[in-house]
Amino acid sequence: MQNGKTLGEPLLEAREISLSFGGVKALRGVSLAIRRHEILAIIGPNGAGKTSMLNVVNGFYHPQQGTITFKGETRRAMRPHQAAAQGIARTFQNVALFKGMTTLDNIMTGRLLRMKRGLLWQALYWGPAEREELAHREAVEKIIDFLEIQAIRKIPVGRLPYGLQKRVELGRALAMEPELLLLDEPMAGMNVEEKEDMCRFILDVNDEFGTTIALIEHDMGVVMDISDRVAVLDYGRKIADGPPDAVRADQAVIDAYLGVSHG
Amino acid sequence: MSVALDTFPKLLLDHARRRGGRPANREKDYGIWQSWSWAAVAREVGDLACGLAAMGFRRGDKLAIIGDNRPRLYWAMTAAQALGGVPVPIYQDAVAEETAFVLAHAEARFAIAEDQEQVDKLLAAKDRVPSLEAIVYSDPRGLRHYRQPFLFSYAAVQEKGRELAAAKPGFLEAEIAKGKGADTAIIVYTSGTTGQPKGVVLSFDNVIVTARNAAEREGLSETDEVLAYLPMAWVGDHIFSFAQSYCVGFCVSCPESAATVMLDLRELGPTYFFAPPRIYENILTQVMIRMEDAGWLKRRLFHAFMNVARRVGARLLDGQKVGLLDRACYALGQLLVYGPLRNALGFSRIRLAYTAGEAIGPDIFTFYRSLGINVKQLYGMTECSVFLCIQPDGEVRPDTVGTPATGVEIKIDESGEVLYRGPGVFQGYFKNPEATAAAKRADGWVHSGDAGFFAEGGHLKIIDRAKDVGRLADGTLFAPKYIENKLKFFPYIKEAVAFGNGRDSVAAILNIDLAAVGNWAERRGIAYASYQELAANEAVGELLRGCVEQVNRDLAAEPALAGSQIRRFLVLHKELDADDGELTRTRKVRRGFIAERYRVLVEALYSTAPSVRIETEVRFEDGRKGQIRAELAIREAACLPLAREAPPLRKAS
Repeated sequence: MQNGKTLGEPLLEAREISLSFGGVKALRGVSLAIRRHEILAIIGPNGAGKTSMLNVVNGFYHPQQGTITFKGETRRAMRPHQAAAQGIARTFQNVALFKGMTTLDNIMTGRLLRMKRGLLWQALYWGPAEREELAHREAVEKIIDFLEIQAIRKIPVGRLPYGLQKRVELGRALAMEPELLLLDEPMAGMNVEEKEDMCRFILDVNDEFGTTIALIEHDMGVVMDISDRVAVLDYGRKIADGPPDAVRADQAVIDAYLGVSHG
Repeated sequence: MSVALDTFPKLLLDHARRRGGRPANREKDYGIWQSWSWAAVAREVGDLACGLAAMGFRRGDKLAIIGDNRPRLYWAMTAAQALGGVPVPIYQDAVAEETAFVLAHAEARFAIAEDQEQVDKLLAAKDRVPSLEAIVYSDPRGLRHYRQPFLFSYAAVQEKGRELAAAKPGFLEAEIAKGKGADTAIIVYTSGTTGQPKGVVLSFDNVIVTARNAAEREGLSETDEVLAYLPMAWVGDHIFSFAQSYCVGFCVSCPESAATVMLDLRELGPTYFFAPPRIYENILTQVMIRMEDAGWLKRRLFHAFMNVARRVGARLLDGQKVGLLDRACYALGQLLVYGPLRNALGFSRIRLAYTAGEAIGPDIFTFYRSLGINVKQLYGMTECSVFLCIQPDGEVRPDTVGTPATGVEIKIDESGEVLYRGPGVFQGYFKNPEATAAAKRADGWVHSGDAGFFAEGGHLKIIDRAKDVGRLADGTLFAPKYIENKLKFFPYIKEAVAFGNGRDSVAAILNIDLAAVGNWAERRGIAYASYQELAANEAVGELLRGCVEQVNRDLAAEPALAGSQIRRFLVLHKELDADDGELTRTRKVRRGFIAERYRVLVEALYSTAPSVRIETEVRFEDGRKGQIRAELAIREAACLPLAREAPPLRKAS
């Protein structure tokens, strides 16, 4: 794409994933590969199964059929905390932060998985525990600097405008130093300027840290601008997968968005 | 002081020898304040200077500097001067066009930019600036994929410098020794109230003597602390955050980002502070809004003790006699209210604070002084290296600008214009001999362009720009800025533009202050979705009518100006903005430009129409343009007959 970066081998491969809730089939045999260092956009009309797909990838839902291979390891189902420990981080469609805690503390929670000392050590805050906390704080400060949110470092996130809360949530996901970052509608409800900022941060994350990103987004302008590859879901099926330009011209995609009778 | 210390690089070497371990600069990095000692700064500047020399920077070359206040950019100034070059700081929020003009006019060969944003601006301008050969950037973020061969990182330049210094020992010292006081120290481009910006050439003698005189008069020392947060391209910042620091050796700290200035102020607690009136105003507005939201007890305490402070605080600060009971009350207030409030604002350690550039509202001025903060007014301009008049301690008044600074002579000519002469008087406008000749008379006196007079005690009082003072059709004196300032002293009015020269009455265009009026509206349950909607609100219009009528009452009490009361006014639907050319970069209204741009509005103000339609083009920061339309109501304000004393009326609120 724009920087001529080379896309690597698949980091994650989902094969023939089927997921249903009672009689509702959310996903029907979807296969999807996410390659190293790419930005993959998952699009589709409402109810197409986009969020379900992300939830399957990070172990939130367990599919009835299909397998997932992450970093060469194949599994049927995984718990979210295992996914996190292996380097999958995500943000949510509705901001899921600790509203009463400051920006700094919220992002600090993203480091939790990487803290080795137990509760007692940390309560004592002495010796190794202190050194560990300082190292984590430094990592968090780098993220604060990266996302340009110095001015809100000590403000409880509940008092921040929505656009900034989204940025803090991205910061918390980044604090895990993930290999794969899943973003569920990172730009929903934002104004043009906030969207532009968020796009820049997503591109920068991908570029500076080499993080692989899969995101769900409705704004087609954004999708076409920043993604290397676009996968389209409709009624739980994958109907297209390819570079943005090819997907834009795909008849099945146009039909899904503009609507034809489903026979 | 030794005679040889006549340039900033020489002063830097002297500080590195004499107070090498003391802090010279601070900057917040990853949330922690980092400091550089004078010795470290001397090393950084030396490396950069040698690096620039290795890249071909020659004596007399101009180095453009663009970005927020950063130690590295301040070091770049000294580095250029060490090589006999001239730093040319550029406003960091200037649009690409303005940047290109200054770069081309100054014939800059080198430029130092803070980050990607500024680099992009320089790259956009480069085609129109044939002289520009190399761009150095400080923050590499986002620049990884830039492949231009003339783009260098700050660190890489310093690395080249270390190589050159190792190969040619003594090179830099020899270059620094070649500099002398009469050399050009800096070219400062004035924001240009009219036409293109002009480059004011200041010599080392101009800047150093003026800065040192003022520092001695105010007793500044190496233990003082300054927060550098105003644009580096503005002469004031150059004097307060650079020249005076180099003269007496105090520490200059840079804020983490433009958005964190108030937090950084609180953390650092500077002892020496400068702000234009609007910043004091903003802080006061914030305090008042927060007090309104505070609990009952806190609010009562605050108001009770602020009454005490208003009565005796300023007198205590001026060293006047105050009764024992009042002293006791003030001491209690100090403990309960003033101390904590000063601390919350970051003013705990302030010894000396200045305000200048515009008139400050008497209420605002008195508020700070009554809290025990020594805010003083000064009068100055780029052409005289800032200091012309300073208010002496103990003789501080809200409506004058003080007595002439050390070495400065001031006189008023027949037309009422202020003329001055002194050590800081500029060398000339760069490549503009006509403008230089127009401002600087052969006998050394310089036209300030301001109209004023000496009040009692030898204090200078400024009323307006000399060219703006006009007359109404019936010959009544019309000083637009005087009227505008009176309007702007109301917290609800952000900007005001008065018209009347050659007309039969005075009319005004007003800008609401979004924070203050928004809060006022919220309290009254008035819903609004945008600035435009709030400005058009009927109740807001009535609120402003109250303000205008109060100003009319004040004017009526002054015999010379009583005829220039405001007859009709309107509330503008958009904020006046520097990007649209309506304000200068230092936020002064460009009256002529506004009269031209809003000609429809001005005509309507002088008709009998109750409202007027307008379409305006607005320019966004990235250069795109948009249109806004509005129907603006024109309101009448009551004028008082010429009277000795205006009848007492309740305050507009």
